[in-house]
Amino acid sequence: MSAFVAIFARELKLAARARAEWLMPPLFFVIVVTLFGFGARPNDPQLAAFAPAVLWVGALLAALLSLERLYRADQEDGTLEQLLVSGTSLSFAVFVKSLAHWLLSGLPIVLLAAPLAAMLGLPAAALGPLVLGLALGTPCLSFIGGFVAALTVGLPRGGALLPVLVLPLIVPVIIFGAGAVRAAQQGLDAGAPLYFLAAILTLTLTVLPWLAAAALRNAFE
Amino acid sequence: MPLLTADPLTVTRGDRALLRDFALRLDAGELVHLRGANGVGKTSLLETLAGLRRGAGTIVWQPADAQPHWLGHRNGLNPQLSPLENLRFWCGINGAATAAIAPALERLQLPPRARLRACRQLSAGQKRRTALARLLLQRRPVWLLDEPLDGLDAGGLALFAQLAGAHLAQGGAILMTSHQALPAPLQARELVL
Repeated sequence: MSAFVAIFARELKLAARARAEWLMPPLFFVIVVTLFGFGARPNDPQLAAFAPAVLWVGALLAALLSLERLYRADQEDGTLEQLLVSGTSLSFAVFVKSLAHWLLSGLPIVLLAAPLAAMLGLPAAALGPLVLGLALGTPCLSFIGGFVAALTVGLPRGGALLPVLVLPLIVPVIIFGAGAVRAAQQGLDAGAPLYFLAAILTLTLTVLPWLAAAALRNAFE
Repeated sequence: MPLLTADPLTVTRGDRALLRDFALRLDAGELVHLRGANGVGKTSLLETLAGLRRGAGTIVWQPADAQPHWLGHRNGLNPQLSPLENLRFWCGINGAATAAIAPALERLQLPPRARLRACRQLSAGQKRRTALARLLLQRRPVWLLDEPLDGLDAGGLALFAQLAGAHLAQGGAILMTSHQALPAPLQARELVL
């Protein structure tokens, strides 16, 4: 069994055994977006204008819900020690764990986004950039969030600190993600913000696993 | 030729140096029992040798790319997963064959039903036996064990003595801490910190 399969399969097994924990992000996303719909006047055209921000902020907050446990459980039961002394590169393990986090909490949000956006009155032309933007942006949330989770794993109240540290780091993702949808709403080309999102994703995939691995090693000191 | 030499080694915890210019030599077939009061640096020394903690000094392994087995205070078992699943994960991240898991658990006398139960439902002794089974999944010359006897009953202690004895007889070496006496017939060189 390869290290990739071992780590990935373990994350999926743990998710299957703690369903409430992993059902929470998509459920939270649906609730937040739906409540915005209920809070506005019926058929309010303003709702469609706010839809990009509502959907992106909802996606971000939903992704934050499951981040704290990403490394904390491994640290508490000693699995992190075994990973540190194993033959597997820690940055690779971090990469696989963040990828699994995206599959479990980010991908459902990407899939739910289109029907929720239609409910908020987003025009059909903007649905493509929204889904594409979330497909590029939600992995950024998992990898940036994973890095911050690694930074705070050794702190006694790291859970409280995590959102405070994550939020400033993901501002560019929100700006370009929501910007792509707004551009499509106005009939403009959504390509530029999506390219920026792709660039941010490339940067997070290539740099953050190494930084997160260094943070995890440091947490042991 | 010793399997492990550390000379000199400075062991730190945070910004505090626990051991300065410490010297250690671990030969093949040798069991070294680290002893000392709480907080003196036994665990930190083992963690430094395992590569978990940064230390200053020289650590030489024979062969140079040798990787020790590490068993810390914590068992390294996820409570939601069964012993089998936890050990499969360990095999995956260490490139060990999963075929060795069943014989290892058999040798540690973990009941078949307990192998499939989530680790949170196992007793402390059964979890420790599962963690000890890792030592049999991949042949590594040096075992670094931090309080490996914790939670073991008389049968577990006898099993540990068998495992350790067989490992030493095959030319392996063990560096371990324990606040209790080692089970017979293990003979150790005591190193008091």
